[in-house]
Amino acid sequence: MTVLTAAPRRVAPARSPENRRGLAWLRRLPLLPAMVFTVVVTQIPFVLTLFDSFEKYNLNYPARPKQFPTVANYQAVFSDPVFRTAALNTLLFTAVPVICSVLLGLGVAILLNRRVFGRGFLRTLIISPFLVMSAAAALIWKYSILDTSFGVLNFFLKPFGVHDVNWIGVHSQLTIITFLTWQWTPFMVLILLAGLQSQGEDILEAARVDGAGAWRTFRALTLPHLRMYIELGILLGSIYIVQAFDSVYMITQGGPATDTTNLPYYIYQTAFQAYDIGRASAMSVVVVLATILIATVALRTISTMFSDEGMRGR
Amino acid sequence: MKAPRTLAQQQTKPVVRLGLGVLTWFIVIVFFFPVLWMVLTGFKTEPTANTPTPKFVFSPTFSEYDSVWQGTAGTAGLRGFLEHSIGISLLSTLIVLALALPAAYALTIRPVRKWRDVLFFFISTKMLPIVGAIIPLYILARDLNILDTQRVLILLYTAMNLPIAVWMLRSFLLEVPASVIEASQVDGARVLRQLRSIVIPLIMPGLSAAALLCFIFSWNEFFLAVNLTTTNGATVPIYLVGFVAPEGQFLAHLSAAATVACLPVLIAGWAAQDKLVRGLSMGAVK
Repeated sequence: MTVLTAAPRRVAPARSPENRRGLAWLRRLPLLPAMVFTVVVTQIPFVLTLFDSFEKYNLNYPARPKQFPTVANYQAVFSDPVFRTAALNTLLFTAVPVICSVLLGLGVAILLNRRVFGRGFLRTLIISPFLVMSAAAALIWKYSILDTSFGVLNFFLKPFGVHDVNWIGVHSQLTIITFLTWQWTPFMVLILLAGLQSQGEDILEAARVDGAGAWRTFRALTLPHLRMYIELGILLGSIYIVQAFDSVYMITQGGPATDTTNLPYYIYQTAFQAYDIGRASAMSVVVVLATILIATVALRTISTMFSDEGMRGR
Repeated sequence: MKAPRTLAQQQTKPVVRLGLGVLTWFIVIVFFFPVLWMVLTGFKTEPTANTPTPKFVFSPTFSEYDSVWQGTAGTAGLRGFLEHSIGISLLSTLIVLALALPAAYALTIRPVRKWRDVLFFFISTKMLPIVGAIIPLYILARDLNILDTQRVLILLYTAMNLPIAVWMLRSFLLEVPASVIEASQVDGARVLRQLRSIVIPLIMPGLSAAALLCFIFSWNEFFLAVNLTTTNGATVPIYLVGFVAPEGQFLAHLSAAATVACLPVLIAGWAAQDKLVRGLSMGAVK
């Protein structure tokens, strides 16, 4: 493929130095609308969040004097055990689904890369969980699949001696993790399948002729080739899964107690159910700072990933 | 998708090949089952849907789709929500393309000086958690009097999808052969004409893939919709929130509504699955 962050070629003919400044602005012109729009819509709210986080501000008590600046919100956040629980849950609900979906996705991609009857049809089916609206899918899982008495899962498990398990009530964390894994495995399948199909058939044949077994060929050739695709899957998957909200909102509402409360859901509760704007903003600031820290590392990874010429596809 | 039969596969025993084939089918069907079950249950009547032993054979009926469409005594129909979703998704997708194409042009064909920083600025906005902005967004929308309107979602979905479109279109623009653009410049073609008659036709597949992806993400978006709209701007996912605390028998009704909610994106995604991977990886994987 083309190298994404490699320097684009310059086809504009050279101009005299006097014209350069004007030319530079001419070049910038098409970029400006998108740039200004993105800065205004995505950056200003964060600045306002920062401002609100130093203010005692509760929508329930609009008449109460706003104290500003104060660090009371931050003190409240850092001494809040639920915040810590939510942070740990966010980590759990990101890391486990990402790892599981990459492993499962790798397995399915390898299976689908073989000659198998109805391959195109199977590929069409497998991407469906990723396409369906997650709010809708979450409700179907909750009431139609996992329900203790009407759910099909318990019906299928009956022959195996599993009876009337209250999945959502008792295994709430497992429920969220399984749902997210189900949703994101197709994404990994797509990326890894593209990776597998971009591997040169001739190299594999050569390995085969040299007498390398299937496992050795996989470990020595396919896996190194797939490494970048796996990293990309992990990176993009994490960006999206860490913000998981729909499934928690629809299936468990963060419960039982705070077992499935992740940071997006907890901030939502603090802001829109407790109306504590100040404290919710302070939490948001902490989350954004943590994300920036992690994202800086991630961006560096992307940067090397995209400037590497290895990522070829067909 | 057609793979030549490799030497390795010729050497695999038929039994193993059959076993792996069956395993592939089994796994795929397990993954697809919730979607299949959703569609099936939508064609049931409430008494048929609400049985402890699930019914796999039944006489299909459209009655629940009817009541979803028109609404029942207690609930509003899905129709209004669908109209909002279609309008918001289409309009925001159009605006995204209108903004992203010139931007991608300025990052590729006539690149600005710090194009790399700009590119990473765009992608970094996707990494910031949206919860961090939701409170000011709510207050701003309230003060600007656009809370619970379609406008507020159009605005935000445009911002949400713009970075993806810029990255994707850039990856397609990089593939336009330099000679084509040079030739058009020698011919004295103005930038706009060059864009319209040469660049756009060449990157049409990229434009449609980007449009499709923006549409899918807007259509499925829930967090912003649930926090910023209630009725006048509410999209399809908001209709489904009513099922969080349901009453009586509702499984068939829910399934029919969920099927309608998922169908447009499912069809679009199935039709364009070849381009999906490139879009999802923002142009990194083809």
